[in-house]
Amino acid sequence: MRYALRKVAAAVVTLFIVSLLTFGVFQILPGNPAEIMLGVDADPLQVEALEQKLQIDKPMVERYLNWVGGAIKGDLGDSIRYQIPVGELLKSSLPVTVSLALLSILLTVVIVVPVSIYLVKNRNKKSAVIFSSLTQLGVSLPSFWVGILLILLFSVTLNLLPSGDYISFSEDPMGSFLSLILPSCAIAIGTSATVIRYLKNTLLDEMTQDYVRTARSKGLTMNQALYRHVLKNALLPSLTILGMIVVDVLGGSVIIENVFNLPGIGRLLTSGVGNRDFPLVQGIVFYLAVTVLVMNLVIDILYTVVDPRIRIEGGENR
Amino acid sequence: MNEKRRNANLVTGVVLVSFLLLMLIVSFFYLPYPPNKMDSVNTLAMPSMQHLLGTDNFGRDILSRIMKGSQMAFGIGFGAVLTGMVVGVILGAVAGYFGGWIDEIVMRLMDAKMAFPGVILALVLITVFGNGIGNMILALGIMSIPRFCRMTRTGFMQIKEMEYIKAAKSRGISDLRIMIFHILPNISSSLLVTFTLGISSAILSEAGLSFLGLGIQPPHPSWGRMLFEAQSYLLTNPMYAVIPGVMITILVLGFNLLGDGLRDYLDHRMPQREEEA
Repeated sequence: MRYALRKVAAAVVTLFIVSLLTFGVFQILPGNPAEIMLGVDADPLQVEALEQKLQIDKPMVERYLNWVGGAIKGDLGDSIRYQIPVGELLKSSLPVTVSLALLSILLTVVIVVPVSIYLVKNRNKKSAVIFSSLTQLGVSLPSFWVGILLILLFSVTLNLLPSGDYISFSEDPMGSFLSLILPSCAIAIGTSATVIRYLKNTLLDEMTQDYVRTARSKGLTMNQALYRHVLKNALLPSLTILGMIVVDVLGGSVIIENVFNLPGIGRLLTSGVGNRDFPLVQGIVFYLAVTVLVMNLVIDILYTVVDPRIRIEGGENR
Repeated sequence: MNEKRRNANLVTGVVLVSFLLLMLIVSFFYLPYPPNKMDSVNTLAMPSMQHLLGTDNFGRDILSRIMKGSQMAFGIGFGAVLTGMVVGVILGAVAGYFGGWIDEIVMRLMDAKMAFPGVILALVLITVFGNGIGNMILALGIMSIPRFCRMTRTGFMQIKEMEYIKAAKSRGISDLRIMIFHILPNISSSLLVTFTLGISSAILSEAGLSFLGLGIQPPHPSWGRMLFEAQSYLLTNPMYAVIPGVMITILVLGFNLLGDGLRDYLDHRMPQREEEA
């Protein structure tokens, strides 16, 4: 329990720093933010209206508290560009990113688990060595280029799959799946490569543990030891890996949504950056960071539930 | 682990990086065409003897732009990672050496940074500062601080407990001097590895941002930007979309292999390492 509490406390402090950073970074610019956002030759009346909206005359601490208070309640202010609340914009683009992320995560898991087991079982064979080198390539491939190549192959040359434009699930489930499969692949290829390298090493480490030797001396074959004992133990690090995958997929979707013209959070964010729409960018970034923090916290706590050893060791070491 | 593969990483990395370095050096003295010279007759041409890698939508020579673009890739990669290294090492050294609340603050700051997935932190910085080469280096530099900070902190925490540091302290040598002359040299090989791996991720991020149109602005040739432009002409000249991607991949892969190879090589030289057969 003490371990969990300490984790929660650390997460709260980090959350506070994140909120300070996301708020503060937009305050450090010299000059009038309203003018910066609207451009040099903006209508003075517009600038004045925006100044009012941004409450520039109020002290910074008060504005920060207002912003954080609003963010907690789900009110992030209005987007400068679209003139509607940031929350609404987020709500309309969230389903796209969530479906893209879920499909990418699913694909990643489907690729990672069998390949890692294969690599560990055949670690001394030539094929596994070649496969391992391929993961090095997979890590180095820019996801957006993979996306373009996939479009080039499946949409332009083979004319099999759509090259973009989102179809919502409620409208047409099959079409929705088809519109998301290429972008998900583009994300999953890079993510899988990273994760395979990690999981393979975790599994190899587990294989050298004493309990594997015991199992083997009891007459279990390597496969039996792998499936009955090692995989169960490797489930724990897999929790961390799942966290890694989610963060990676979220980061990847920002760029991939632009390649495939998907109206998700990522494209909203990049359009916000392009238009210097501060409230929009601030809101999206803050919520994304909170998502990551909360997810990592949940994983940390799940760990202690699954593996009591950490509770004790973690409690003593710190 | 087998010896051969270890060297293979290093060798392949050196070959790939040297190839690109060679191209970089040549680009300062010779380019087949001026990289921004347009040719309205020869737009989106496939590779030919006149234009070895073809031309883009303005009829600009792709090979020349790729070569010129390598200056941008290397410049931003090294600039960003150097910035990140200086800041990260200072933070990590102070946190690891002094510990206590300073350590706590620095680590929470790093946690906060890690909460922003992918290129998002760089996107925020670009929103605020605007895009440009300097801001790009700054943004990517800030992104690479945590990896240096964590690595330096761990190293300092381990080494500060060693006898010779205690001896140095008891002789009254100042903390600053101990940190710079007695501890820092001991982590230099890990720093080298982190630096190399940092370059590849900085270049990958730069390409991503430029691809989004938020990094290097035209007319400067940037590989990421070229991919962005090529995406509209997939039907006419698919080669245009292939070449910049290949270059980015070679560069990133080269530095990744170089970093991994260096790590194994340097690890290998260290005598006492627990090896489990």
